Amino acid sequence: MSTLLSLRDLWVEYGDKIVLEKVDLDIAEGSFVSIIGPSGAGKSSLLRVILGQESPTRGTIMLDGAPLAPECGPDRGVVFQRYSVFPHLTVLQNTMFGLECAGSPLTARLFGAARAKARAEATAMLEAVGLGDNLHIYPAQMSGGMQQRLAIAQALIKRPRILLLDEPFGALDPGIRADMHGLITQLWREFGLTIIMVTHDIREAFSLGTRVLALDKRRHDPHAPHRFGATAVYDLPLRPREEEASPREETAA
Amino acid sequence: MRWVNRQISRSDRLLWGALPILLLMLLYIFAAAERHAANPSDKILPLPSGMAQAMSALIFERDMLSGQFLFLADTLASLQRLGLGLGIATLVALVLGLLLGALPPVRAVLGPLVTAIAVIPPIALLPVLFIALGLGETAKVALIAIGVAPVMLRDIAGHVAALPREQIIKAQTLGAGSWQILIRVALPQAMPRLFQAVRLALGPAWVFLISSEAIASDVGLGYRIFLVRRYLSMDVIIPYVAWIALLAIAMDVALALGSRRCFPWAQGANH
Repeated sequence: MSTLLSLRDLWVEYGDKIVLEKVDLDIAEGSFVSIIGPSGAGKSSLLRVILGQESPTRGTIMLDGAPLAPECGPDRGVVFQRYSVFPHLTVLQNTMFGLECAGSPLTARLFGAARAKARAEATAMLEAVGLGDNLHIYPAQMSGGMQQRLAIAQALIKRPRILLLDEPFGALDPGIRADMHGLITQLWREFGLTIIMVTHDIREAFSLGTRVLALDKRRHDPHAPHRFGATAVYDLPLRPREEEASPREETAA
Repeated sequence: MRWVNRQISRSDRLLWGALPILLLMLLYIFAAAERHAANPSDKILPLPSGMAQAMSALIFERDMLSGQFLFLADTLASLQRLGLGLGIATLVALVLGLLLGALPPVRAVLGPLVTAIAVIPPIALLPVLFIALGLGETAKVALIAIGVAPVMLRDIAGHVAALPREQIIKAQTLGAGSWQILIRVALPQAMPRLFQAVRLALGPAWVFLISSEAIASDVGLGYRIFLVRRYLSMDVIIPYVAWIALLAIAMDVALALGSRRCFPWAQGANH
């Protein structure tokens, strides 16, 4: 499998606090990478750098062999733990947003045939995530799990090269979380996605991922704990994609 | 039952809310009757009949000098000034508030200026406005606009700046640029807040309106109140003040209902 994203000698520092040091990673196309690690180990910083929300202090990030602009763009989709959907738009409008932005730079709205086409595409995507019956309600009327389904549909409609998930299921009930695990695995397979997921839940990391990265500090200076950053201390390839076909047990905690 | 847990039903609330108002009215009528018993030509606490008489002259009879119905002319003049002033302030607050809230470079350039203008007491600017713009309508409208716009602007800018960062990031990953984020993400979410800001600005706007009318005008609710003050005409002042209160309440209710109708998504969990 070809390398989609590669990080070379990546450092992230805030002032004199070093968060990430010397991260070297290659992420293959079609893989599902789980990132785990203790709080403060730079999991979210790493995700933000890949997302383009922050630029690294040092190092390079290449996407498809081209250096990545330090700004978010439609090639990288994201689902956050919260606030990922627009509260003032209905489910359908939320999903159409990405299509409207691309189709109409000035008004960011589509009309006529273009609108009907975007609407059909958005409806199909919402059906894929199981929201086909709730097209016209607002996010405030939905449960946390439904909001995350919407956030995923919203991101997938842009067909991003990479989908970044920042503790996407952290705020959900265990039962709902198991449903969402099933959904994300299914979407990952159907759409051939490349996913990087940050999580606190080690079981989730191992049951979903094809590769698990554990971030932590290699060295520790008790007098200046902030002077050493974290890096990938464990890099565990779990299984190639083909083995995914057999359904794994999903036990709700 | 503890008082913190006592819920008053909707119909009861109307009744209980009317009670103190009715009591105050009753108290006033007693006091006025008392004074009139001692001195039938008392002007300080006019009886309702006296007020009705004085107001009917203003409402139904043409003024001999100008040939206008004075009450109507006063109301229209004041509402026009208030509407123009608030309208300009709202527009400025929305446009600049969005830019300031959503675009960090604009905030860096204009933020300190807006803060500086906001801390100037608007009434202190009134002489400047009268000198620069003359004693006509422009100065009064300008006072209202300058008086309420900075507060509204800062409110909108603060609200837009406080939109979750995740939303702005998400919009960019969906391909939106600065302009598209402004009109599709920031603007719609600023609108309910704008309605709220206008409601809160109504109070100060009335203060500035009445002040400017009191100082230099020839028509308007504030002008009339300060004119008849010279003759101790409480029988005109009290109904005029009540009328102002009624207008203010009507505007507030209209804005509250309008906001609820236009922005159902902002009404929290309404399922």
